[in-house]
Amino acid sequence: MKLHRINALLIRNLYLYKRSLPRLMDIFFWPVMDLLLWGFLSVYLNQLELGAPNLVTFLLGGIVFWGFLHASQESVSVAFLEEVWEKNFLNIFVTPLRLSEFLTSTVLVGLVRLLLVGSVMGAVALALYHFNIFQFGFYFIPFALNILLFGWLVGIFITAVIFRFGTSAQVLAFGVLFLIQPFSAVFYPVSALPASIQWISYLLPPTYVFEGMRAVIATGTLPFATLGYALLNNAIYLILVLWFFYRMFARVKEKGLLLKLD
Amino acid sequence: MSSTIIQVKNLVKKFGDFSAVGGLTFDLYEGEITGLLGPNGAGKTTTIQMLLDIITPTSGEIRIFGLDMKRHREEILVKTSFSSPYVTLPGNLKVWENLKTFARLYGVRGIDARIRELVSLFSIEDLLPKLTSRLSTGQLTRLNLAKAFLNEPKLLLLDEPTASLDPDIADRVLTMLTKVQKERKVTMLYTSHNMAEIERLCDRVIFINHGKIVDDGTPEELVKKYGHEDLNDVFLHIARQETR
Repeated sequence: MKLHRINALLIRNLYLYKRSLPRLMDIFFWPVMDLLLWGFLSVYLNQLELGAPNLVTFLLGGIVFWGFLHASQESVSVAFLEEVWEKNFLNIFVTPLRLSEFLTSTVLVGLVRLLLVGSVMGAVALALYHFNIFQFGFYFIPFALNILLFGWLVGIFITAVIFRFGTSAQVLAFGVLFLIQPFSAVFYPVSALPASIQWISYLLPPTYVFEGMRAVIATGTLPFATLGYALLNNAIYLILVLWFFYRMFARVKEKGLLLKLD
Repeated sequence: MSSTIIQVKNLVKKFGDFSAVGGLTFDLYEGEITGLLGPNGAGKTTTIQMLLDIITPTSGEIRIFGLDMKRHREEILVKTSFSSPYVTLPGNLKVWENLKTFARLYGVRGIDARIRELVSLFSIEDLLPKLTSRLSTGQLTRLNLAKAFLNEPKLLLLDEPTASLDPDIADRVLTMLTKVQKERKVTMLYTSHNMAEIERLCDRVIFINHGKIVDDGTPEELVKKYGHEDLNDVFLHIARQETR
């Protein structure tokens, strides 16, 4: 992989962010709106004194980590869709750019966006609700990396689907995470789900992240087993998603679909 | 004798039952400008896209600079470039942002100096701060050509590069292409429906139809062979032969 080519696409995406209101709103407005909604709901539930310790922290931790997942997935998908909307695939793939470099650059765009979204959400949560995301200490890092990785993998999967089946599938980029949200234990534990569907939750890496986050808040210790399951699940998805992505790209080249993406 | 830049052997591309390219074999030599001609649907664009590794051939072999495209894509494409008025650069970037992005993709050294040289060559200096979406068709074509020369290519694939230019700019582009070819021995594969342009620019012409080579020679040889006044009549002769 060549750094200058990854850098080229990363900077190309950053050029867009600095003058695009919708992109800036994705970072500075919508995540804050989410946080306000769920934050005030959490405060209200706390006032009801339902006898659930750490309720506000659980909910705010959930919404902040969910924001991370959403930001990492969407930034990968949107960086790809940017090339689709601008019909730029022929331009970039007649250069020596490798597929792995293209993927790496979209992932880095996601990382930049995540740092911005994380900073904004962390600052607002601290200012309004006295919720400090770093209260998890170093435990925060492995959970954040797992959620980030899964977001990227979902983004890459959606990219592969759009590559192969065209822009009619682009709706996935903005909604697919909501399909898994009810099963990911974001705001409630897996035990709250009917026993017959809990197996779905255990197939999803975010479940272990959110369960682990609640364990850290409740006990102050890192549940290594939960973290291990998150990593294992992510590793399996990583292999499957990359295989799927390369397979779809090969099919696109066989069928001559690269120029027809619009 | 000039060295071989492109070697194509038995190149086939099928989309399901439809055969877009049906066994092309040809060589292109260093410093040669070759016109790839044929009616719409003849297989020109598919052939160019296979040479750029945008479409995977069904069978056959492509060697460029003596290297197999399947195994040496990166080494080949770093010295190759492409321009078509039908493939525009992202409209939501400014002209200088687009040029810098592609210069970085090609690993160009001295990016700013290279961009200054090319925008001067194509008379688009004033466009640098403009959004690409605000450019006229002719300006976009010149920008595409400037982009195509960023990496100082040894092989240039040009798909109807003057299709939307006024005669003045088209003439300047052709003059510039001739100059570059003489100075730097750039090999060019050129498609166009403007036969006067082909006669002026190309050392050699390959006619294809239905994905197969119909004829191959210098413009003068082909005009003489078919007994017509110019290449335009030769084109009509070949294109209509099948439909008679």
